[in-house]
Amino acid sequence: MNRSIVRLFGVVILLFTILVVWTSRWTVFSATSLDNNPLNQLPYFASLKVKRGAILADDGHTVLAKSVRASGGTWTRKYPYGPLFAQIVGYYFPQRGQPPTGLESSRNSQLRGVKSALTNVFGSFNGTPTVGDDVHSTIDPQAQTLARQLLQATMSSTGAISGSVVAIVPQTGAVKVLYSSPSYNDNNGSSKCKPPDCQLFFDATQGEYPPGSTFKLVTTTAALDSGKYTPSSTFNGDSPVTVSGHSLENDSNYSYGEVSLTKALTDSINTVYAPLGVTLGGNLMQEYMQRYGFGSVPPLDYPADQMHPSGEYFHGKLVPVTNPNIDLGRTAIGQAGLEVTPLQMAMVVSAIANDGKLMQPRLTSKVVNNDGQTVETIAPQEDDQVMKPKIAMQLQTMMRDVVEEGTGTSANLEGLNIGGKTGTASTGVTRDGQPLDDAWFVGFPEANPKIAVAVELTDIPNGFGGTYAAPIAAKVIQRLLAENQ
Amino acid sequence: MRARNWELFGLIPAALLVSAGFAAVYIQRSNQLSTVSLVYGGIFLGLCVAAHIFIRITLPYADPFIFPLVAVLACFGLVMVYRINGATMARQQAQWFVFGLALFAGTVLWFRDYRRLENYRYLIMIASLVLLALPHVPGLEEPVNGAYLDIHLPGITFQPTEFGKVGLVIFLASYLRDHRQALVSGRKILGYSVPPLKHLGPLLVLWGAAMLALIVLHDIGSSLMFFGALLAILYVATGRVSFVIVGMLAFAGGAWYLGTHIPHIDARVQDWLHTYDPNVYTPLGGSQQVANGTFSMAAGGLFGQGFGQTLLVIPGTTDQYIPVPNTDMIFAVITGDLGLFGAAGLLLSYMLFVGRGFKTAMLARDSFSKLLAIGLSAVVALQVFVIVGGVTRVIPLTGVPLPFVSYGGSSILANFVLVALLLMISDRARRPQPRQ
Repeated sequence: MNRSIVRLFGVVILLFTILVVWTSRWTVFSATSLDNNPLNQLPYFASLKVKRGAILADDGHTVLAKSVRASGGTWTRKYPYGPLFAQIVGYYFPQRGQPPTGLESSRNSQLRGVKSALTNVFGSFNGTPTVGDDVHSTIDPQAQTLARQLLQATMSSTGAISGSVVAIVPQTGAVKVLYSSPSYNDNNGSSKCKPPDCQLFFDATQGEYPPGSTFKLVTTTAALDSGKYTPSSTFNGDSPVTVSGHSLENDSNYSYGEVSLTKALTDSINTVYAPLGVTLGGNLMQEYMQRYGFGSVPPLDYPADQMHPSGEYFHGKLVPVTNPNIDLGRTAIGQAGLEVTPLQMAMVVSAIANDGKLMQPRLTSKVVNNDGQTVETIAPQEDDQVMKPKIAMQLQTMMRDVVEEGTGTSANLEGLNIGGKTGTASTGVTRDGQPLDDAWFVGFPEANPKIAVAVELTDIPNGFGGTYAAPIAAKVIQRLLAENQ
Repeated sequence: MRARNWELFGLIPAALLVSAGFAAVYIQRSNQLSTVSLVYGGIFLGLCVAAHIFIRITLPYADPFIFPLVAVLACFGLVMVYRINGATMARQQAQWFVFGLALFAGTVLWFRDYRRLENYRYLIMIASLVLLALPHVPGLEEPVNGAYLDIHLPGITFQPTEFGKVGLVIFLASYLRDHRQALVSGRKILGYSVPPLKHLGPLLVLWGAAMLALIVLHDIGSSLMFFGALLAILYVATGRVSFVIVGMLAFAGGAWYLGTHIPHIDARVQDWLHTYDPNVYTPLGGSQQVANGTFSMAAGGLFGQGFGQTLLVIPGTTDQYIPVPNTDMIFAVITGDLGLFGAAGLLLSYMLFVGRGFKTAMLARDSFSKLLAIGLSAVVALQVFVIVGGVTRVIPLTGVPLPFVSYGGSSILANFVLVALLLMISDRARRPQPRQ
């Protein structure tokens, strides 16, 4: 009998070995696929118990987002300023089944405190992290507040349905102001938002607006940097001209006669720029648009699905301007199928103000852990040298002329020497029989080019960019420069 | 007396386990637990020492490792129950151990010679079958997850299966001791010796009973446990592999038929085969239990998330993430907390316990003692296999307690009777023989 007993114990060992092998299967070999199984809610439940880090403004103490205790040992998010920073910060309310947005999404791993792979191996002995890191943003709360007030005031006086302000430090790409009106209260997540006073859609990064004459900066860049023209090259400024088989006029059908390129930009002469675009050709225009960032999602540390690539749209699809269906002449003056975001136009003026070098825009500067140590610094990164520095300086001078004696004089604040470009883009929409325009102004202080601004207002009757957008840009520039003295 | 000193040393790991475990849980939840709760651990250790002294007096020659292994497993279980359910249920579990040890002492004192049990084998068989059928008596039954395993009397829930398993093993050991010679001496048909029907009959009845248990209990796991114990005893009694193979085929055939024809069993099989299919996972009572158990084990990894870290309650609610974490699913919680290493350590403890049981069987001098020791050890091994195999998806999940570890009174009481019998066999087997 004892031989049978020994053999039977062999079976017992086999059974227990099977149990150990199967346990290792779930704990080790298939663990990763189980962790990533969509039915596995454990990572989500664990995240509810994490005290996410705060999101702070560039002053280091204004709290844009913080964690507060909720029921059952969990945490929830509170946004002390609500609509003022909602579009930047977004929201994080997985309890409500709403996917995170804004910085809450793009900086999720830092806010959760997820460390690098190496520390994770040791972290598994101590359990999962329960406190996340603080993320410092580049946003200037005073300037953001001012931008909001100015936009709301102008919108209520003009009937504009929306407006955006974007301000970037050209040398670093740090975004100081990023605001669109109307905004929403992110304490409600995506709920309870009813138009027209509330909007989840972020115009500054997702809006698709014709840039109008502000786009002439891109056309001018192509003309000068390609070496084909100089600021003093002369053109015929008479009106009308025929472009793509249709007649094109200047404002009030005014004929300027023989003009320099500088004069054409200063007075925003369509009948110079549209034929110029055709002459430069699709390939050259496409090349410079790409250098500025058109045609792709901006390299901002913000969720890609909340940004819209700017460029030429044909039947709802992004196409290169070399496409034969594109009216290149009208594209060169910012019309035709051109659709851009205020962020993209701020990048354009930022590159010009930084002597032709486009820095990647960014919303965050550093990550600080619970002990106050900086664990990650988000360093400025060059995106592209759009044009030669000499060309950028020529463009800066031309833009200064626009504000001194051209369409942008209302931005000519004492001592700032603002240079800029206006845009008045016809939208093809009417209200009470009046045609509506999108009013644009992009600019920077030439005397001290530490800031670049784009302002856009949607649907104003006779919405001249110089009248409505330029004063907002000038005041935001003034505030930001005063703060950074 | 050297063996008894080994036993006392063997209690040191149990003491360390219970002190460290209680301290860890207490430190983690000091805001919820009172210092009184630490006393339960102390009381528990005192009980173990008392039991050791009792064994020292009554069973001086018994195997010195069986009781410390039981103590380690029981301490581990108590710490887990304390960690999962807190002080109240840990106190209840400790109370059940008091009753369990009393029953242990009672068994040892009452049956000084356990071989007297043989005289009552048919009575024991009938009593066991009645115990197994009890959950079906109208008014007592309460299906748990569709399987009839519990009965409810005022105030207590009672799992008769746990006692039935001990009774059936006693009967089988006794019956096969008598009939083993006859079973192997049958006529040869086609080169195979077939046992005479007269002796085979009761085995066929038992196979039928296991199938009936499957239908009545709706429970593959328990039937597998009983039938596996039957085959283990049969194999040791006869030394015939062919009996085992025929028996397994018969069981597999019956199980397959019932698995495809009884909805509840079929659902269990579906949960097992298609655990991560959203259509199987989502419905109430679907594969969530098994799937969430594996998710928790995956979170445990190699070394575990740390004691008390496995998520039991869905945050912000009072819903349990893993149903019945203190009984059926306790292995998933252990693995989540202590990882593969902790789980393998637990399984190793069980294997050592079964190994000592088998060693006892080998040392035993008479057939009944051998078969009884084999049966009792095998039924523990099979019970561990059924529940851990169910949780780890080796086989479909059936709820049976993890011996000595799961929360529950009847399981503790029945298992202490089992340990008492094993130690009595061992004491007798290792007692020095008078020189002839």
